[in-house]
Amino acid sequence: MRVTIDEDGCVGAGQCVLAAPDVFDQRDEDGIVVLLDETPAPHLHDATREAAVLCPALAIHLAE
Amino acid sequence: MTEAPSKPTTGTFPTTRAAECPFDPAVGYSEFRENDPIARVSCPAGIDAWLVTRYDDVRTVLNSPGLSSAVPVMGHANPQADFTAPITTGSIIQSDGDAHARLRRLLTAEFTVKRIQALRPYIQQLIDDHIDAMLASTEPVDLVRDFALPIPSLVICELLGVPYEQRDRFQQQSGILTSVDVEPEIAVQANAEIQGFVAQLVVDKMQNPTDDLISRLIKRAQDAGQPLTVEELVVLALSLLVAGHETTANMITLSTVTLLRNPDQLEELRANPDLVPSAVEEMLRYLSVVQFGLFRAITEDIPLGDETLRAGEWLITSLSSGNRDTSVFPDADRLDVHRKASAHLAFGYGAHQCLGQQLARVELQQVFSTLFTRIPTLRLNAPFEDLEFKDNTLVYGVRSLPVTW
Repeated sequence: MRVTIDEDGCVGAGQCVLAAPDVFDQRDEDGIVVLLDETPAPHLHDATREAAVLCPALAIHLAE
Repeated sequence: MTEAPSKPTTGTFPTTRAAECPFDPAVGYSEFRENDPIARVSCPAGIDAWLVTRYDDVRTVLNSPGLSSAVPVMGHANPQADFTAPITTGSIIQSDGDAHARLRRLLTAEFTVKRIQALRPYIQQLIDDHIDAMLASTEPVDLVRDFALPIPSLVICELLGVPYEQRDRFQQQSGILTSVDVEPEIAVQANAEIQGFVAQLVVDKMQNPTDDLISRLIKRAQDAGQPLTVEELVVLALSLLVAGHETTANMITLSTVTLLRNPDQLEELRANPDLVPSAVEEMLRYLSVVQFGLFRAITEDIPLGDETLRAGEWLITSLSSGNRDTSVFPDADRLDVHRKASAHLAFGYGAHQCLGQQLARVELQQVFSTLFTRIPTLRLNAPFEDLEFKDNTLVYGVRSLPVTW
């Protein structure tokens, strides 16, 4: 699984951080998404998929 | 060129809940979801609008570029809505596109998961202090007045950097603003006082910055080369107050009533405190307190299902209906604290999804980790049938909640 994020589209909701804190964080200065891990391990895949579904801005893209 | 007329209205916007279950959305939504998911309805405001009721369609349309939020907030549901009045400048809720993104980006740092987590101990202290006061009270306790309203208000005071010695007055005046039983002259006066108060706060922070949201917002805008005026800062600060007060307060009250009415679910929570976060998401889903849905103006044609939502028309996306869509939430009308309800629509969807959602979550999580633990025998002090549910306010709730233990 390869994760890409759209920083411009991100609205800083933080849902991704709640769903997959090992994969996503937020920048301190503006709350915009930070991708911690482009290729998360298999045990994180479900959480990463959940994050992509929850993102209100559709700013998380997964290539599986 | 003439366009084909939009389909005629097929019903009216649902506004009346069934008396026997005030926790379920207004009657009519399930029929719309089933038979007429992209309907045209006549609304209390005297306009016709598209009504989108299925979960997937709500999400699809709220991420469409062809929508504008520069409308009276939930104007469709308000018989007195004035569609000619100018939209407040600098209102984040009513901004679109780049203007919206700019305002939002100035604020998102204040509401990150991390920053809000840091407020947890303060919020816990507020909750404990208010429970202490209720337990010590010799007067009958109203959970709305004595707990649910003051806590979010004081959290906002903390966020905005209201000086301690002014918090009582601030809270009293904002309590008047959110009251349903106050005379218009008093409400107007309280409104003016709060506006003046926030303006003074903004001016103080401009001159003497401290470590709080307003001071950081001023600096952040300056650093970005687009300083905010006093007026713009006042509008933003008031938006935070208004948006974060009634919503959270009503969720606290209604969730308490819901748990009291579902003792098996309350028992699950007591036995498994780890369930609190998922229970909070489930209550957000189940209660959907932004009860009239989200109102938008359509600015570009949006194809949806068999329909085309046309530029110039109005749109309502029903959050409460989407949250009861059984294709996403099996047995959706049932409260289940074990349900994984995170994908609910209670905070909306799209670029305007609730900015304060992390704060709402933490406040609710701390309340429901504490209230029934410290007051295990909490119960209603009035018959359930006597509770007055707020059917005609933007945010659903009850007017008062007499409790005892």
